[in-house]
Amino acid sequence: MAAAEKQPVTGAGPLNGLLTWVDQRFPLVSTWKEHMSEYYAPKNFNFWYYFGSLALFVLVIQIVTGIFLTMNYKPDAAQAFASVEYIMREVPWGWWIRYMHSTGASFFFICVYLHMFRGMLYGSYRKPRELLWVFGMLIFLCLMAEAFFGYLLPWGQMSYWGAQVIVNLFDAIPIIGPDLAIWIRGDYVVSDATLNRFFAYHVIAVPLALLALVGAHLLALHEVGSSNPDGVEIGKKKDPKTGIPLDGVAMHPYYTVKDTFGVMVFLLVFSIVVFFAPEMGGYFLEHNNFIPADPLKTPQHIAPVWYFTPYYSILRAVTEEFMWVLAAGVIGMAGLIIWSVERAAIKVAVAAAALVLLGGFYALDPKVWGVALMGLSTMIFFLLPWLDRSPVKSIRYKGPITKAALALFVIAFIVLGYLGTETVTEGRTLAAQIGTAVYFLFFFLMPWYSRIDPCLPEPERVTSK
Amino acid sequence: MKAFIAILALAAPLAFAAEDSVRLDHAPIDPRDVASLQAGARSFVNYCMNCHSAGMMRYQKLLDLGLSEQQVKDNLIFTGDKIGELMNVGMTRKDAREWFGTPPPDLSVIARVRGADWLYTYLRSYYRDPESPTGWNNMVFERVVMPHVLWTLSGQQVQVERKFRNRDQAEAAGRLQRSAWKIDVLTPDQAGKDGERYILKTIGTATPGSLSQIDYDILVRDLVNFMTWMAEPNQLVRKQIGYAVILVLLVLLVLSYLLYKEFWKDVH
Repeated sequence: MAAAEKQPVTGAGPLNGLLTWVDQRFPLVSTWKEHMSEYYAPKNFNFWYYFGSLALFVLVIQIVTGIFLTMNYKPDAAQAFASVEYIMREVPWGWWIRYMHSTGASFFFICVYLHMFRGMLYGSYRKPRELLWVFGMLIFLCLMAEAFFGYLLPWGQMSYWGAQVIVNLFDAIPIIGPDLAIWIRGDYVVSDATLNRFFAYHVIAVPLALLALVGAHLLALHEVGSSNPDGVEIGKKKDPKTGIPLDGVAMHPYYTVKDTFGVMVFLLVFSIVVFFAPEMGGYFLEHNNFIPADPLKTPQHIAPVWYFTPYYSILRAVTEEFMWVLAAGVIGMAGLIIWSVERAAIKVAVAAAALVLLGGFYALDPKVWGVALMGLSTMIFFLLPWLDRSPVKSIRYKGPITKAALALFVIAFIVLGYLGTETVTEGRTLAAQIGTAVYFLFFFLMPWYSRIDPCLPEPERVTSK
Repeated sequence: MKAFIAILALAAPLAFAAEDSVRLDHAPIDPRDVASLQAGARSFVNYCMNCHSAGMMRYQKLLDLGLSEQQVKDNLIFTGDKIGELMNVGMTRKDAREWFGTPPPDLSVIARVRGADWLYTYLRSYYRDPESPTGWNNMVFERVVMPHVLWTLSGQQVQVERKFRNRDQAEAAGRLQRSAWKIDVLTPDQAGKDGERYILKTIGTATPGSLSQIDYDILVRDLVNFMTWMAEPNQLVRKQIGYAVILVLLVLLVLSYLLYKEFWKDVH
């Protein structure tokens, strides 16, 4: 649109002139309208819908505190540990910045996990929001990478040995593994070279990807519109005169004020941890990480930070005996798919894939499959939009099978998370194996149980206030 | 993983007696007790800093304990260090490794690793052990490398064993102890005919030191108090600011809630 055709901005008082000048050269008013003042979100968002904006808020906290930490942190194996203590002791307000960053890491995962759980509760990943969900999952993977790289930087014993254990997992990959592990580390063991590159990934590479993905996530959201706890599309019932969804309210001011209230509740909880329990009993800042990294002393008990423990449990659950369970699972799944699909080509392909997997189980070390299963456990969320075949989106109208399955999955996730913080015993390994089976059955059986589950009819419009 | 299980399987027959870990005493510390922190600082530089550094800590930070620069210089700096320097020791890591086998760890943040209760129990749990190279062992830290540096103060302790028929009796007797205690459990075969399977291990004083047991406990309390403070010298400020922040946030919480309700009252 040519500059002269645009209407002048009104309603901004003394700033009208300036904003008009900008708007004639930049899509200021139209962007504001599209994403804020005339973006209509369902009016029935509940508690679970706070965590998206809160995750964004934590991202801002992490970036701002991270910038200030970088000013005094030294990415050097000889100085890193002491430089963190220098920040804690001698940089004015350094302890506050550092505790916000370390607590923020855990709260980022709390918000993202609850945000993802919201999606699973109300089917937010269903058509047309599949790509929105995929962007979200990519954000989740980036966040895990960001947390992993960042955890090495304090250069304590847990930083060092945690990185050592995780990088060594790549060692298990057949053929390319050992070289790949050296390529990631830049050395034969985790060392100064590793610290330097992890610093580069943590402060610039991953954050850039993260920000780009958050942008894409929001653009995709505003393209398809927000879902809601009833799982019905508000865009289907519009006011005939204005074209505004009857159950929608404008993002601004309605959700900006509501989310401001959410941010205040969040800050209250966050500040209680930052100021009164920054170590959170060893879960947010591990006790052993106050020992400087020592490549010659392996700690007796190496555990990742709490947000990685469910996947770590799955890794440790894959023992030689568990391979039989995996084999039975593959045969069962292959049988189920072959029985369900019509096309012969698919039947043959599934049977072939199952045979290849079974051969792999036999040929390769269980450790390799542990790594594969751990990787799969984080990636499998990607498939949710295509696994869920329920006629309804929201848990409110889904039947008892789906509700029970989701409840079991949540229990398995929490139990696996707890077990990942503990040392291995025979009983705990068995519990982790049961948890692992439940975790994967939730996803793999979803196409069948979500279809046969007796669901309630969805309402025409959103129900709650 | 396989190797780990194999080691466990091999080790199983060797573990003839199940051993509980030591019950830690509660350290009665208070980071607001400035007199205790000052006493602890004195003990720390006198007894610990001959070998251990506190290399993340500047002497200057000791002024936060209500000491003047002159007092710190006169009483707490024994080297030629200036007050703005870090609390390091002269011994190099190489020498330390040669002399002790392992360099004494830096103690700046050790309280955040071990916890106050562990340190408090540990420093009161040394006992004479003729089989150890230094002549000392520790209830909390088996085969510890560090000898009992404070022994002239505490006197010499020896390990004392008492046998009990059941765990409750053994635990009741343990709880009466002033020092650390643990219970080893024998298999019925090992216990013999009398069936006394529960061995309460504690320490008792063989020769007294220059301090009474109570005064020694107080000295260790002050030392641990100082080390806990030193591990995070800003901890008191952190909590004080925390209360103010929470107060402000509560006000903002109420205001933002009222704002939200005001905007939403016409949404039905």
